Amino acid sequence: MSQNTANLFYLITIAAFILALRFLSSPRQARLGNQIGAAGMLVAVVVTLLQDEIVTGWWFMAIGIAIGTVVGVVGARRVKMTAMPQMVALFNGVGGGAAALISVVEFHGVWANVGDVGAERAISTVFSALVGSISFAGSMIAFAKLQELLSGRPITYPGQQVGNAVLFVGAVAVGATAMATVSFWLLVLMVALAALFGVLFVLPIGGADMPVVISLLNAFTGLAAAATGFVLHSNVLIVSGMLVGASGTLLTMLMGRAMNRSIANVLFGAFGKVVAVPGGAVAAGADGASVRSTTADDVAVMLAYAQRVVVVPGYGLAVAQAQHEVRQLADLLEGKGVDVRYAIHPVAGRMPGHMNVLLAEANVPYDQLKEMDEINPDFPQTDVALVVGANDVTNPAARNTPGSPIYGMPILDVDRARQIVVLKRSMNPGFAGIDNELYTDPKTAMLFGDAKDSISKLIQAVKTV
Amino acid sequence: MSAQLITELTILVLAIFLGFEVISKVPTLLHTPLMSGTNAIHGIVIVGALIIMGAHHPGWFMRIVAFVAVILATANVVGGFVVTDRMLEMFKRRRDEH
Repeated sequence: MSQNTANLFYLITIAAFILALRFLSSPRQARLGNQIGAAGMLVAVVVTLLQDEIVTGWWFMAIGIAIGTVVGVVGARRVKMTAMPQMVALFNGVGGGAAALISVVEFHGVWANVGDVGAERAISTVFSALVGSISFAGSMIAFAKLQELLSGRPITYPGQQVGNAVLFVGAVAVGATAMATVSFWLLVLMVALAALFGVLFVLPIGGADMPVVISLLNAFTGLAAAATGFVLHSNVLIVSGMLVGASGTLLTMLMGRAMNRSIANVLFGAFGKVVAVPGGAVAAGADGASVRSTTADDVAVMLAYAQRVVVVPGYGLAVAQAQHEVRQLADLLEGKGVDVRYAIHPVAGRMPGHMNVLLAEANVPYDQLKEMDEINPDFPQTDVALVVGANDVTNPAARNTPGSPIYGMPILDVDRARQIVVLKRSMNPGFAGIDNELYTDPKTAMLFGDAKDSISKLIQAVKTV
Repeated sequence: MSAQLITELTILVLAIFLGFEVISKVPTLLHTPLMSGTNAIHGIVIVGALIIMGAHHPGWFMRIVAFVAVILATANVVGGFVVTDRMLEMFKRRRDEH
């Protein structure tokens, strides 16, 4: 098949990808959209293999595709929904890594032989190797942090930002020299420097900021793929890469807005490093106000006789693997005629939209999942707000305390509910490292313990009410 | 600047605007599947991996590098679509349940 014919068929792929994203606008069609996308990808692979210029390496391709398929299927089937952020980070990384490797081979095999391939192709080769390598290494560190192979807290040292800036500029300079002198080994050096930069760039970013980092790395890999498209003169790569780039950029901005922080602050602020735990005592808040502790039986009565209950899930719920118990409790309450809904903050979980997936896995119908703007006006009419493992996203300091690090961040107005029950392991502060004045609110009762245990007890207690 | 580059840049710019337009319509409910789905889409670099493997007669060492690229890109594509499908299957409405 000639390249022109192939490009014609690639249009099918492009259309399929756009439809896949288009169908994601509604949960009913989304799955079909994803399948259309996968079919489009299959068309792209088959068309590529049928091209006239593909003349060698069949065994390598077959074995490589077989290995990759097994790894992909096993990984995707086995991964737990709580581990989805790691999985996405990993796929991001391998995609970026593949883009970087393609550029390296392209440089070595074609460019170094021909000598001059023109500025545009040279720049895109080096760019794709640079960004792909950063994305690969950064994603691996994000993966390690999310998997808790590395501390989720920011890792900082003096001169970090200056060092990183020098490293980045150095990598770009080496890349430019590699381009000018057509030196393969300088290109390899640049890839190594870029990888080091990727590592050092993600290290100082805290676990709670991972939604931003993952979105950003997603955008990077998209850019690397698009740049590879310029290298190989492939429109399908350019379009697909830029669709991903746009998606990653948009999500990065949304996440930043949901935390009321600039992207620069997220990336360079080492947020969550200052752990201000005054005393860290269980019984007292920062200003000595007391915390009211309660029992499962009391909460059960409160819930069973409520009309409206809003569950506010946070990452603590996912850590405790308590999604299924929460659903059981909600079912039980609904059986008693209680209206139960879930309030989902945009940054609940470790990646955009993570909490929705976790609750969907526990068979919570998605029409019960309410976005922040939708549910906030309902809190004053809510009898009980049940906060499970969420902290910073419920902290009224974001509205009331101008000096607070989270001041201005959009929060769930849990404090406006008639009664608040907070399920929490201990009085340790959340990732932002600040006290939550919600806990000392007179309307708030604290139920201490592991979220899963507490909810199991609640289920038992509600049954006997 | 070649005519080809101009065409490619045009495609690039249109794709950016199209991407923003389509993706801004995705509800926050589906942002995680959106990320894993776009992850699968950037696996399109598999096309590039296959081309450098099959068309450019790389030497042995580079052949191995290209081989690694094929494995990575395939894992990216297959894993991305499968995991997205797994997630989207779980999203159900109340009346679909019973």
